[in-house]
Amino acid sequence: MSNEAEGLMRIRQPIAVTYQWSAGPNATSHLEGLMEGRLIGKRCPSCSLVYFPPRNGVCPKCAAILAEDVEVGPRGTITTFCIVNVPFLGQKVKIPYVAAQILLDGADISMQHLIQECEADEVRIGMRVEPVWKDRSEWGPTLESIAHFRPNGEPDRALGSEAASS
Amino acid sequence: MAERCAVVGVGQTNHTSCRADVSIAGLVREAVDRALADAGITLAEVDAIVIGKAPDPLEGVVMPELWLADALAAHGKPVFRVHTAGSVGGSTAIVAAQHVMAGIHGTVLTVGFEKQSDGNAMWALSVPIPFGMPVHAGAGGYFSPIVRGYINRSGAPRHIGAMVAVKDRTNAVKNPYAHLHEPDWTLEKALESPMLWDPIRFVETCPSSDGAMALVLMSEERADRRPGPKAWVHATSMRSEPTAFAGREQVSPRAGELCAEDLWRKGGITRPADEIDVVEMYVPFSWFEPMWLENLGFAPRNEGWRMVEDGVTEMTGSLPINPSGGVLSTNPIGASGMIRFGEACMQVMGKAGEHQIDGARKAVGHAYGGGSQFFAMWLVGADKPN
Amino acid sequence: MARDVAIVGTAQRPSQVGTVLTSVELILPVIDEVIAKVGVDRREIGFWCHGSCDYMSGQPFSFVAAVDAIGAWPPIVESHVEADGALALYEAWVKIQTGECDTAVVFSNGKTTSGPIDQILTLQADPYFVAPLWPGFDTLAALQARMCLEAGVVSERAMAEVAVRSRRDARSNAVAWPPASMGDHSVDELLATPYVRDPLRAHDLPVAVDGANAVVLAAGDVARRLSPRPAWIRGFDHRIDTQRLGARSLVESNSARVAGRVAGVNADKIDVAELHAPYTHQELLLVQALGLDPQRTRINPSGGALVANPAMAAGLARFAEAADAVTSGRADRAVAHCTSGPCLQQNLVCVLEGE
Repeated sequence: MSNEAEGLMRIRQPIAVTYQWSAGPNATSHLEGLMEGRLIGKRCPSCSLVYFPPRNGVCPKCAAILAEDVEVGPRGTITTFCIVNVPFLGQKVKIPYVAAQILLDGADISMQHLIQECEADEVRIGMRVEPVWKDRSEWGPTLESIAHFRPNGEPDRALGSEAASS
Repeated sequence: MAERCAVVGVGQTNHTSCRADVSIAGLVREAVDRALADAGITLAEVDAIVIGKAPDPLEGVVMPELWLADALAAHGKPVFRVHTAGSVGGSTAIVAAQHVMAGIHGTVLTVGFEKQSDGNAMWALSVPIPFGMPVHAGAGGYFSPIVRGYINRSGAPRHIGAMVAVKDRTNAVKNPYAHLHEPDWTLEKALESPMLWDPIRFVETCPSSDGAMALVLMSEERADRRPGPKAWVHATSMRSEPTAFAGREQVSPRAGELCAEDLWRKGGITRPADEIDVVEMYVPFSWFEPMWLENLGFAPRNEGWRMVEDGVTEMTGSLPINPSGGVLSTNPIGASGMIRFGEACMQVMGKAGEHQIDGARKAVGHAYGGGSQFFAMWLVGADKPN
Repeated sequence: MARDVAIVGTAQRPSQVGTVLTSVELILPVIDEVIAKVGVDRREIGFWCHGSCDYMSGQPFSFVAAVDAIGAWPPIVESHVEADGALALYEAWVKIQTGECDTAVVFSNGKTTSGPIDQILTLQADPYFVAPLWPGFDTLAALQARMCLEAGVVSERAMAEVAVRSRRDARSNAVAWPPASMGDHSVDELLATPYVRDPLRAHDLPVAVDGANAVVLAAGDVARRLSPRPAWIRGFDHRIDTQRLGARSLVESNSARVAGRVAGVNADKIDVAELHAPYTHQELLLVQALGLDPQRTRINPSGGALVANPAMAAGLARFAEAADAVTSGRADRAVAHCTSGPCLQQNLVCVLEGE
C-alpha cells in the first residue's frame, strides 16, 4: 500500500455548533449547593442509595428520579485513583497529578476530582481527604467550585470491595 | 428458528495513524473491496449493508452512512447504521448476522470504520460537559483507576501489563494490516516505558488509528454454494449495564460475565479455556487481558494474571489471545470491534497468514465499549453449528 | 419462517419547545408509561433499542446516558442506532425474527430545539464538496420543492392544503405541538405569507420540538396476551437513494417507492398512513411514491411531523400513531413511514394490520 499524499488536496473544515445545555431540574439542587459551598447529593426513592453527583437526576439501577436532597461529606475516602503523567491540550495542573475517585461520607457512589497538596506517590486507596474550595467569588454550578481535595491526616479507612468498584 | 449464517469474506485496511491517501469513502472501500474479493462476489450481489462506527464528531460528518450510500453502490438497497460506542464493530456484525439469521437477506455486507485522524480524537472522546469536573485524564484516566483496583485485589505482580503489551506488539509484527509494527519489544524495555496514567504505561495503551474492517455474511444456502472456507456463526451475545451506579462492580462488570455465559450456553461450550482455540479480545489497555480472562470465564476470579504469566495467552500457548496484535496495536474505534470479530473468522477460515493459530476451529470475537458497560461477542467455527 | 410481530403499546411525550430536561429525564417517563400501559415487567423485556443522534445532543456517546433511563440492572440486551427510533424498531423486529427474544422496547428522543438542527443535519452532506457550503437542511428541501413545482408534480396550493389539514388535525392530538401562534388560517391566508426559503413558506417547514417516545413490540401469542388488538407488522422494508442531489430525480422518491412495494403497501387497503414528512411537498411526494389515494386513505391524522418534529423521534412517532389507529379500531390497515437524509434520501415503510 502506498502512502502517497502528494497531489491530494486536504481541506480544513471548521465546524462550530452552539447548544443550549441543561443540567435538568433533578440535578439543580446539587448544582445550587455547589454555588453556596455545600455538597448536596440525592437519594433514590427505590434503593435509598445516595448519589453524588446525581448524574441526570436519575438512579440508573432503579430508573427512578432522584428526589430527596442529602448533604454529604465534606470529607471522603479515596476508593481508587490514577497518576496522570500525559500532557493534555488545555491542561491547567502540572503533571504528574492525581485524578481520584472519592467516596464522600454519606454518599454511596464515588465522584471524580483532583488530589493536590501531597506528592503523587503518597496517594493511596483508603486515604482520607477533604475539599479545598476556590475563592467564594469563583463558586458556580459546577464541581470546579472545589479546586481540589487534599489529605486531611485522618487514619486510612479500609473499604473492602469498594476498592475495586465505583 | 433462526437460519444459519456464515462469514464468507473478510477484508480490512492497512491501519495507521493517518490515512492521508484516501477519503473516508476510500478508506471504507479499501476494506469492502478486499472483503468482496475474499468472498468472490461484487457489490451488486450484496442485498443489504450494515455500517457501524463510533461518534460522528470523530470525523465531523453526521450519519456518514447516508453519504456513503454512493460509495457503496447502495442505491435501492437497505443501509443500516449501528452505534454502540466502543463495542460498535462487534454489535454491528451481530446486527448484520441477524439480518441473515432472520431470513430477511441472503447476502449482507457489514463494515466498521473510523477515520479519526480527520478530526481531533482526544477532543471527541472527552468533550467537556458543562457543570462537570474536567480532570482531563482521557480514556486512560478513566480506566487506569479500575486497573489499579484489579491489581489491588488480585495481587497481580506489576509486570503483567507489560507482558501483555510485549506479546500484542510482537504478534502485530506478523499482521501486515496492524497499525503498530514494533519488532523489538522486550519485557525489560516495556517496564521502562513511561507511566501515562499510573499504573498504565505508554506501551500498554492503544494507538489512535484510521481503519476499516468489512465482512461478507451469507445464508447457509448461499454459503454452501461458495467454494472455500467459511466461518460459521455459532452464537452471538450482547449485554449492557449502566455506566455508574452505587455499588457497581467496575473491574469485572456483570454485563460482561453474562454476555460470555450467554455465548457459552448458546454455543454449547462448557469449558471455554479448553474448547476455544483462539480469542480476539478487546484489550485497549494491556491490563484488560487478565481482567477479561476472568470476566469471560476463562480464568477464576483474581487468577487471570497467572494465565498471562504462564504464557498461556501467547501464540504458542494453549489459549492464544489476540494473535492479530489486538486493539493494543490497532485502534480505529468504530472498526476495532469488527476487527476482533473478523480476525476470529480469519482464524477458523485459516486465512490469518503469519499470525494463524494452527488448527483453530473455534474462535471468539469480543468487543466492549462505554465505561466497560456494553459487551458484544460472537463464537465462530470452521464447522457448521449443531 | 417469519414470526408475527406486533406493536402492543405506545407512549409519546407531549411535545415541548426549549425543554430544560435532560434526555434521560425526557425518556424515563415514556418508558415507565409504555411499560405500565402494556402491563409488563421491565425485567421481562427481551431487547431494548434506542434511536438518537450525538450531534443533536452536542455530545459524543450521548446515547450512553439513556441506559440510565431504562433501569438496566440486572444487565440487559440493548442496542442503539444513530438514527430515528423507527430504525431502532426495525432492528428490534429483526432480532425478534431470529427467535432470540419475544418482546422489545424501542425508544427515541430528540432535543431538537437545544441546537441548530438545520445546521446539524447539513453535516450529513458530502464532507468534501457539499458540507463546506453549509447549504442548510431546509434549503436542500427547498431546492427539491422548487423542482417539484416546476415539474408540476406539486403546487403551492396543494402544499398549503397539507399545512392547513395538518394543523387542524394536530389540535385533537395531545402530543402534537400546535402553538397558539399557528392560529387558524385558510389556504389563501397561508399563501399570502412571505417565503422563508423560497419556494417554502413558514407553513411548509417543520416545527422543531423536543420529544421522546417508546413502543413495545411482541411476537405471536405474547402479543395477543399483551394487547386486545395488536398492530401486526405485515411488511417492513427500508431503502436508500444516492445522496447526490444532482444524481437522482428529486421530484419523486425512488427509495420510498421500492420500500413501499417490498413492504407490500396495497393502496386499496390502507385506512391510515402516518408519513414522516417534515416538509409539505414531501408529503405529496410520499403519497405518490407509495401509490396512496388520499380519498381512500387518511394521511397523517396525527398532524404529522410538519406540526411537531422531534428529530430522531418523529419517525417512531409515526409508528406510534399508526399503531394506535389500528389498536383503537380506527384503522384495519395502516402505513407507518420514516425518512432520513436530505430530500427523502432514505425511507422506511411498514404496513400494520389489526386482526
